[in-house]
Amino acid sequence: MARLTIPEIELMRPGHSACPGCGATLAMRYLLKGLGPNTIVTLPACCWTVIATSFPTTALDVPLLDCAFEATGASVSGLRAAADALRMRDVTIVGFAGDGGTADIGLQALSGMLERRTDAIYVMYDNEAYMNTGVQRSGATPLGAWTTTTPVGETSRGKEEPKKDVMAIVAAHRPAYAATLNVAFPEDFLKKVQKAKDIRGPRFLHVLAPCPPGWRYPPEKTIVIGRLATDTNIFPLYEIEAGRYRITRRLGRARPIAEYLEAQNRFGHLTAMEVAAMQAEVDARWKRLLELEALA
Amino acid sequence: MVQLVISGNYAQSYAAKLARVQVVAAYPITPQTQIVEKIAEFVASGELPAQYIEVESEHSALQACISAAALGARTYTATSSQGLLLMHELLHWASGARAPIVMGNVNRAIAPPWSIWADHGDSMAQRDTGWIQIYAESNQEVLDTTLMAFRLSEDPEVLLPAMVTEDAFFLSHTVEPVDIPSQEQVDGFLPRRRASEGIRPGTPGRLGSFTGPELYAEMRYKVGQAMGRAADVLLEVEDDYRRVTGRDHGGPLPTYRAEDADAVLITMGTASTTARSVVDDMRERGGKVGLAKLRVFRPFPVRAIRELGARVDRIGVLDRSYTFGPMGAAYTEVAGALYAGRSRPLLRNFIAGLGGRDITPTTVEAMYAALLTGDGAEVDWIDLKRKREVGANG
Repeated sequence: MARLTIPEIELMRPGHSACPGCGATLAMRYLLKGLGPNTIVTLPACCWTVIATSFPTTALDVPLLDCAFEATGASVSGLRAAADALRMRDVTIVGFAGDGGTADIGLQALSGMLERRTDAIYVMYDNEAYMNTGVQRSGATPLGAWTTTTPVGETSRGKEEPKKDVMAIVAAHRPAYAATLNVAFPEDFLKKVQKAKDIRGPRFLHVLAPCPPGWRYPPEKTIVIGRLATDTNIFPLYEIEAGRYRITRRLGRARPIAEYLEAQNRFGHLTAMEVAAMQAEVDARWKRLLELEALA
Repeated sequence: MVQLVISGNYAQSYAAKLARVQVVAAYPITPQTQIVEKIAEFVASGELPAQYIEVESEHSALQACISAAALGARTYTATSSQGLLLMHELLHWASGARAPIVMGNVNRAIAPPWSIWADHGDSMAQRDTGWIQIYAESNQEVLDTTLMAFRLSEDPEVLLPAMVTEDAFFLSHTVEPVDIPSQEQVDGFLPRRRASEGIRPGTPGRLGSFTGPELYAEMRYKVGQAMGRAADVLLEVEDDYRRVTGRDHGGPLPTYRAEDADAVLITMGTASTTARSVVDDMRERGGKVGLAKLRVFRPFPVRAIRELGARVDRIGVLDRSYTFGPMGAAYTEVAGALYAGRSRPLLRNFIAGLGGRDITPTTVEAMYAALLTGDGAEVDWIDLKRKREVGANG
């Protein structure tokens, strides 16, 4: 019998209000499994504001502090400072923000927190658009994706710009630890969370969190699509520890990105030529990642 | 107790140190900088064992304070002008989250045009954010009021953030002798903050949350109730402060020679000192004039204003800001308080001293003259330059 490597502890309760098949719910569940009960989560405006359920209930068995949309990094620094001042031992401070709250409106506060070397974990759960407000494009939305603000029409082919590389921005701050995680790979996910927990200093986790209504696929496909994101090299799994890159899932041969794109209606309008251009970009980025790893 | 000759800014810093603040988060802006520089020195020297968070904006400064306060730390920040405006969203957040933060605000004009000089427009624009607001007239008052603000803000009946303001340069950069209470005196007056009821490690719970139409109004109402209680708690706190230090500053609306006055001018901040000397001068010449200092703007002292209105037939309100309404902000509040009262004195609004312009004894005397004759417009920009007075260089 295979050894169970996922901790059995559940700090997220089943009574939440997420959509069926929500990747962000898995992100929180696995995160808390790895961090344990002595954790404080601070949360800006995002899907999880709603998922955690309304006053006076909560879906989490750890304390949850709401903060302003653009201020997660600052909230994390405030909690850390207070925990240190009040000598609260061994408490893990976590900022848990969406891609819009991190890559766009919250980028300044994130940069501040990383530069200040705040001893805390910042999680960006990335569903690649403003999903809580109804699928508007964010800086983390990928090239070509349909959203409600990048509609497909006579003069538009979905989002015209490539996805913002938040990991590169974070890496430029030389964090103590940074990693990409995917809810479709729980073992890898938990390993990274547990590793991050034991490192001191600013830590950043970029979590891919597929979104059935926003990506326009059936809820039961979340894991399949999540796995394809990594196995096509669109969302490679790697970590940066003390500046050194290490790829944590490597395939002999990646699958064509068409398999990933065709599984989601947000990319349904793309032509073979457009897909081929995107494939070339994914291949180039993968090569660049291999080079970064080789530097180690 | 020792006496030091210090600026209004350092009075803030010394008060924060004596209050044993645990978390400070601040971003520099003229003319606030010396407050946080001095606190950074206190922390660096070990005199103040606090966490000092070097944030990258005022917005982040206040968020960091809110989160630290949620966990139970005593928190302090300071800002001015544009910095206070950038905090606007989080000013609401702090009161809604019932975070007992104390903030020093150096009253400075708002751009454009850029101006670093005294003007109450920055904090007046925040009058509806659920913060206690106290306007200081002297450096001693800055120090005493900041210490009182911690007690008031953290009182379990209140739990609201508090702002202590001082006029740019007139106080922030002007030195005066200030009595500094001993640490033992302050510790007796201001015990350690109680454990947070908001966020506790190991205990499930949520602070902030979201709610539908079924509870939102009740939460707003509770903030309003707390602000109402703050008016009474403030008097208790000031009584206690007097017992410990021998000093108080006269509650929310201290008056001067107002008992038998035909006309009273309501002032805020340092203009009160000038106006008090004008009252003395005019009294010597037989003018029956008086002064009321609107020291506490939030909670607004409705009762005290109505009591004043019952005694005095003519009341002028000096607004050292213009907030783009038909009348000045303080005037609107005073008029609003008096309308449903038993008496309706003649009211005049004087807008003056904007962007650091001196409010001179001559200007103040002109206000009293307009009040006593009852002539002139309801809203009078009394020190306004006419076009012919403004040359090519202003």
